Amino acid sequence: MPNFKFRISDWSISVTSPALSPTGLRFENIDKRYGGLFALRRVSLEIAPGECVVLAGRNGSGKTTLLRIASRIVRPTAGKLSFPGASSESAGNGRPGYVAHTTMVYDELTAEENLVLFAKLQDVEQPAVRAEELLHEVGLYERRNSPVRTFSRGMRQRIAIARALIHRPSVLLFDEPATGLDPTGISWLAKTLGEVNRSGCTVVMSLHGESEISALASRAVQLDAGSVVADTKSGASLRSILTFGGC
Amino acid sequence: MSLLSNTATLLGKELRTEFRSRELLTTTVVFILVVLILFSFAINPTSEESREFGPGLLWLAILFAASLMLQPCFLREQANDTLSSLRLAVSDPFSIFLAKLIANTLFLLLTEVLMLPLFAAFYNIPVLPQLHYLLLVLFLGSLGVSIAGTALSAISAQARMRELLLPLLLLPLLTPVLVVSATVSVSLLDREPVVQWKGIGFLAVFDLIFLTALWLFGEYLLEE
Repeated sequence: MPNFKFRISDWSISVTSPALSPTGLRFENIDKRYGGLFALRRVSLEIAPGECVVLAGRNGSGKTTLLRIASRIVRPTAGKLSFPGASSESAGNGRPGYVAHTTMVYDELTAEENLVLFAKLQDVEQPAVRAEELLHEVGLYERRNSPVRTFSRGMRQRIAIARALIHRPSVLLFDEPATGLDPTGISWLAKTLGEVNRSGCTVVMSLHGESEISALASRAVQLDAGSVVADTKSGASLRSILTFGGC
Repeated sequence: MSLLSNTATLLGKELRTEFRSRELLTTTVVFILVVLILFSFAINPTSEESREFGPGLLWLAILFAASLMLQPCFLREQANDTLSSLRLAVSDPFSIFLAKLIANTLFLLLTEVLMLPLFAAFYNIPVLPQLHYLLLVLFLGSLGVSIAGTALSAISAQARMRELLLPLLLLPLLTPVLVVSATVSVSLLDREPVVQWKGIGFLAVFDLIFLTALWLFGEYLLEE
């Protein structure tokens, strides 16, 4: 039986790859329109490499749209998105890790098959080894051969995180990461995100209210009706933004 | 190279998920079988009528079955938003289409190969003498159905009334493929078989044009 040394507490060992270059995010006058409806209006935001930023705001304020634009799943109607600091050699260059409301993995495939699939698609070296590392780290190694459809909500969140990290991204985007998790799951997630952020990865996440996870934030930005209305960088308090009182 | 390696990886995923569940294959085989039996009972054709109308009925059954089979192609990527994770992961979105259309063509061909002996038995048409040409027509026809069907499946998956939209768009678009495939098949299964190379050429050109269009514009079909 091989002695696998990777544990959640050793996250930085494998997440910090030698290829990881500190990468930030720059949104310049981003508009997103769905028909006649503006989801985002002239959003300009600069996120420095290594920052941990919380996006707060009411339902429909544009948090998810902004994250989906940052992940490049959605194209903005107008404006420009760039990743300052991203080097062409970086494994995560131009491909942020994105964790959405859904798992974004295949229910019919096993946890290991899913991770190997996404590792291969992103030209990760030794996909099976990398998948095994991550399965250990997110605590799913024992269930690696089980189809994802048999997983609980917490386990699904873990496999979703593993998928997002498979290519060692330098930017990690998280859409309401605590949804559906129990207190133990939230603690695990907070610890994991902290480790990822400390390894140099820029983290941007949307959240509702204060929690163990929001405590990780070095900055908070409030969105309302598709526009940035408050930012701790401009003097607003973290607490007021997280409770939507920032504007 | 990454287009080919991504396509191969995704094709492996498509085949693995289908052979694990066998949902599409079972449904398609049963559907074609039922249609062929019903046609056979309803028309009760003579030997000559079978040669004249049988291939057309076979292609009609294939087309209807394909419209059923192609429906979940992109629809099942929506449950967990896996299409987004694929788009994030691949460097060329055409690989997503390529893998799906190759898988769909393989599934259709497998179904047709399974159905051919039953078709020969029900309609009393010997298919063996011209089998190689028949397989060529089945391949080119199925490829055309899969290319157009995969593209339209991506469009319809994001639309309202998606279950109705695919057949509504697909069947008129594939009318030329149906007509030509049926005509070429009738000539092949005639008492004095003739290979209609013009028809075979038409199918090849149809496939090439639609494949090129998919390569050029496919990325836009995947956008939200």
